Amino acid sequence: MSYDVVIVGAGVTGAAIARELSRYRLKLLVLEKEAEPAFGVSKSNSGIIHAGTQNSPASLKGWLCVEGNRLLREELAEDLGLNLVQCGQLIVIFDEADLPELDRIKAEGEALGVKGLQLVDRAWLDANEPNLGPEVKAALLVPSAGIISPYRFVYALVENALKNGAELKTSCRVTGVTRIEKGGFYVEAGGQVYATRFLVNAAGLRADEISALAGAPTFRITPRKGEEYLLDRKREHIANRIIFPLPSKTSKGILIIKTSDGNPMIGPTAHDTEDKEDLATTDAGLAEVLAGARRMIPSFEKSDIIAYFAGLRPVAGKDFVIRHEDSAPGLVNAAGIQSPGLTSAPAIAVMVADILKKHGLELRPKEQFHRLRPRPAHLFQIPLEESRRLIEKNPAYGDIVCRCELVSAQEVRDAIKRGAVTLDGVKFRTRAQAGRCHGGFCTTRILKIMQEELGFPVTALTKRGPGSELIKDERK
Amino acid sequence: MRDRELVIVGGGPAGMAAALAARAAGAQDVLLLERDQHLGGILNQCIHPGFGLHHFKEELTGPEYADRFARQVAEDPGIEVSLRSFVVKLTKDREISFLRPGALEEVKARAVILATGCRERTREMIAIPGSRPAGVYPAGLAQKIVNMEGWIPGREAVIVGSGDIGLIMARRMALEGVSVKAVVEIQKTSRGLVRNVVQCLEDFGIPLYFQHRISMIHGRDRVEKVSVVKVDDEFRDIPASGFELSCDTVLISVGLIPENELLEMAGAEMDRKTNGPVAPEVNLTSLPGIFACGNAFKVYDLADSVTRDSELAGRAAARYLGLK
Ligand SMILES: Cc1cc2nc3c(=O)[nH]c(=O)nc-3n(C[C@H](O)[C@H](O)[C@H](O)COP(=O)(O)OP(=O)(O)OC[C@H]3O[C@@H](n4cnc5c(N)ncnc54)[C@H](O)[C@@H]3O)c2cc1C
Ligand SMILES: Cc1cc2nc3c(=O)[nH]c(=O)nc-3n(C[C@H](O)[C@H](O)[C@H](O)COP(=O)(O)OP(=O)(O)OC[C@H]3O[C@@H](n4cnc5c(N)ncnc54)[C@H](O)[C@@H]3O)c2cc1C
Repeated sequence: MSYDVVIVGAGVTGAAIARELSRYRLKLLVLEKEAEPAFGVSKSNSGIIHAGTQNSPASLKGWLCVEGNRLLREELAEDLGLNLVQCGQLIVIFDEADLPELDRIKAEGEALGVKGLQLVDRAWLDANEPNLGPEVKAALLVPSAGIISPYRFVYALVENALKNGAELKTSCRVTGVTRIEKGGFYVEAGGQVYATRFLVNAAGLRADEISALAGAPTFRITPRKGEEYLLDRKREHIANRIIFPLPSKTSKGILIIKTSDGNPMIGPTAHDTEDKEDLATTDAGLAEVLAGARRMIPSFEKSDIIAYFAGLRPVAGKDFVIRHEDSAPGLVNAAGIQSPGLTSAPAIAVMVADILKKHGLELRPKEQFHRLRPRPAHLFQIPLEESRRLIEKNPAYGDIVCRCELVSAQEVRDAIKRGAVTLDGVKFRTRAQAGRCHGGFCTTRILKIMQEELGFPVTALTKRGPGSELIKDERK
Repeated sequence: MRDRELVIVGGGPAGMAAALAARAAGAQDVLLLERDQHLGGILNQCIHPGFGLHHFKEELTGPEYADRFARQVAEDPGIEVSLRSFVVKLTKDREISFLRPGALEEVKARAVILATGCRERTREMIAIPGSRPAGVYPAGLAQKIVNMEGWIPGREAVIVGSGDIGLIMARRMALEGVSVKAVVEIQKTSRGLVRNVVQCLEDFGIPLYFQHRISMIHGRDRVEKVSVVKVDDEFRDIPASGFELSCDTVLISVGLIPENELLEMAGAEMDRKTNGPVAPEVNLTSLPGIFACGNAFKVYDLADSVTRDSELAGRAAARYLGLK
């Protein structure tokens, strides 16, 4: 089996690259070690489509973020049927003495091309964000920031890339890379060997290991953990925009985040760790997040929390590492994709395509590139009248499985047809089990639908892949 | 939009008792909406005995108890039961929208009784730290998995919380051959019935740790172990008191919350602490003509008490409708 480009990793970076390259007449393969795409860092983040502020104008991530934000707003959200909400953001200060900091952020943002930045005073805030606490003195308004569902973004990219001929192999870990004498690589993964002219490394937390395997041990990834706490949807209107404090050296601080599904979220923390598998939340993290959020909006209560998770930012120094490695010709790294990697992904993809072209990959556009991806039907996103039409066409949209988030049996089946093979995969695509009861009512029903659609016994069904089986034995 | 006399949302013991009592008090047209494919609510998964001692003066299992009412409901020509019917919207003017396979229906009721039961509090609500592997289940879900589906979720379990559901599930799992390592309770005493502590734990040699909490869940893909720590009277960890229990399953039984999203949507005044309606007396809400009963009104320990109070709700609705 021989490919033009093999991409390691089906997070947002690998998925965006695959989708971008699928415009061209190329043989493409994406290899992903997890059971489904988006099971790495790309599922555990804040879901913010950053405007580009809070980055140095000299940084790669600064301008990739601004460009990624533009691509998403102007093209991709529409083309891929994504629910991008441009809610805007505020960067607040607690001390008038910090006004020059806001001015600096504004100037840096403008240098990067961020539009519409505006300083707003307390009176403006009282009128527009009535829940802000008394400590907040002023803010910088950033209108082009938005929110998106991170995993649905990845699924859309992957589905569209596959539609355009790319191949994806999941549960397929890259374990070895050998250079081919006359150019290219043999990639060992999941017991197979794939030959490729170019290797694109988008392996997230493991990108340093993949780069080293391919002969370029040029950087090291240090995970930086972020804990996030989701609140009940009843608190949806606690803030109208995403609220930031002033950034610190290593992070943007504890934020009040809106999510595209309605539940507000508070977080993330930012602490370096050595362990690339350490996704545990902690008592200390919760206390830090609550304290940070309450400083901006005091009315948060611990009892508002309905879910929490931790994600690890793949950090390789201060900036992204996106380059051809001359010590391993044919290897292009898209690594160290820390925040704002979700936002930047579409721009990273274009940049990677350019690098590949510069190093000899000819990019000939396909005659027919399917730019559009149909938007999947979700009852929770549409008004009742539209639900009625859907249900009249297909009765199974009226068969409600998940009562907290209003998900029908048909949506679960659609998700499986679109590639879900795990309970988390169903949850991320449909929101079933993502609400306040955490699957207390719907889990058995979903498992039964999965049994039917996938043809597995229940004991083979998993939460997120092998090892995470849900049911140990079955009484016949 | 069709007009109906009385619409009852939820076909558990509360909804059924309310429907029958409203009929006895003169209601002619009762529509009973139930999301599930059968009546009975939570009782269907409670296959242990202990139900009906007051109401029927005999000891029944949950499904037997539910069945007695379900049969009366089925035989009553004045009650229309609509199964697989999920109410998605309620207004203060008692307009109701519900989805069922094939249709979105809208009705306007002269009176409404909400009998939507409760949901379980989750791991997240008590914020147990740690990873999020497979094998952490709300105890009621585990009950459904075992009793309704015949699936066994794990082989070694630790149970968080010593209320009745936790105790009953400890025994249920032990009977299925699961090794139940411990029940961990943060309080000094059990909220459950004494007979359950004896019959479900002591008879099976399952240790019960009072004034302890789970301080961490470990395991990447599936639960591997939990850290347990002793707490003082103010729920602060006691240093150096920690130990670990290896297990592949953690069942969370830390209480129930009334399920009242519809009532809230209609604009009723809610008690943010209990998630029940703010009401001067049992079964009332702040909205005229809208009643709540059973576990949706407040969390009950016994199904018999649910039945008793829900009959009152049926009669109150009839009175509101000017009957009798
Ligand atoms: C707490 C937190 C909050 C964040 N908030 C935001 C935000 O609001 N906005 C924003 O723009 N960014 C945000 N980010 C950053 C963003 O999530 C990341 O930049 C982005 O998800 C990185 O995507 P990726 O595809 O590079 O990595 P990943 O999503 O981790 O993808 C890499 C993939 O490679 C696979 N892989 C690894 N090794 C192998 C192998 N040997 N073989 C095969 N496959 C392999 C992994 O399984 C994984 O699926 C946040 C990050 C965190 C942690
Ligand atoms: C997990 C669990 C285990 C229990 N075990 C015991 C026990 O062992 N012994 C005991 O005495 N008590 C037990 N209880 C208490 C028990 O809930 C009550 O005694 C009694 O069943 C409550 O009756 P109910 O009708 O109020 O609620 P439920 O029995 O919960 O009935 C509510 C009904 O409303 C339906 N519904 C909810 N929302 C909607 C909607 N939007 N549209 C349509 N229908 C809807 C539900 O499907 C359900 O059928 C248990 C409770 C729980 C949650």
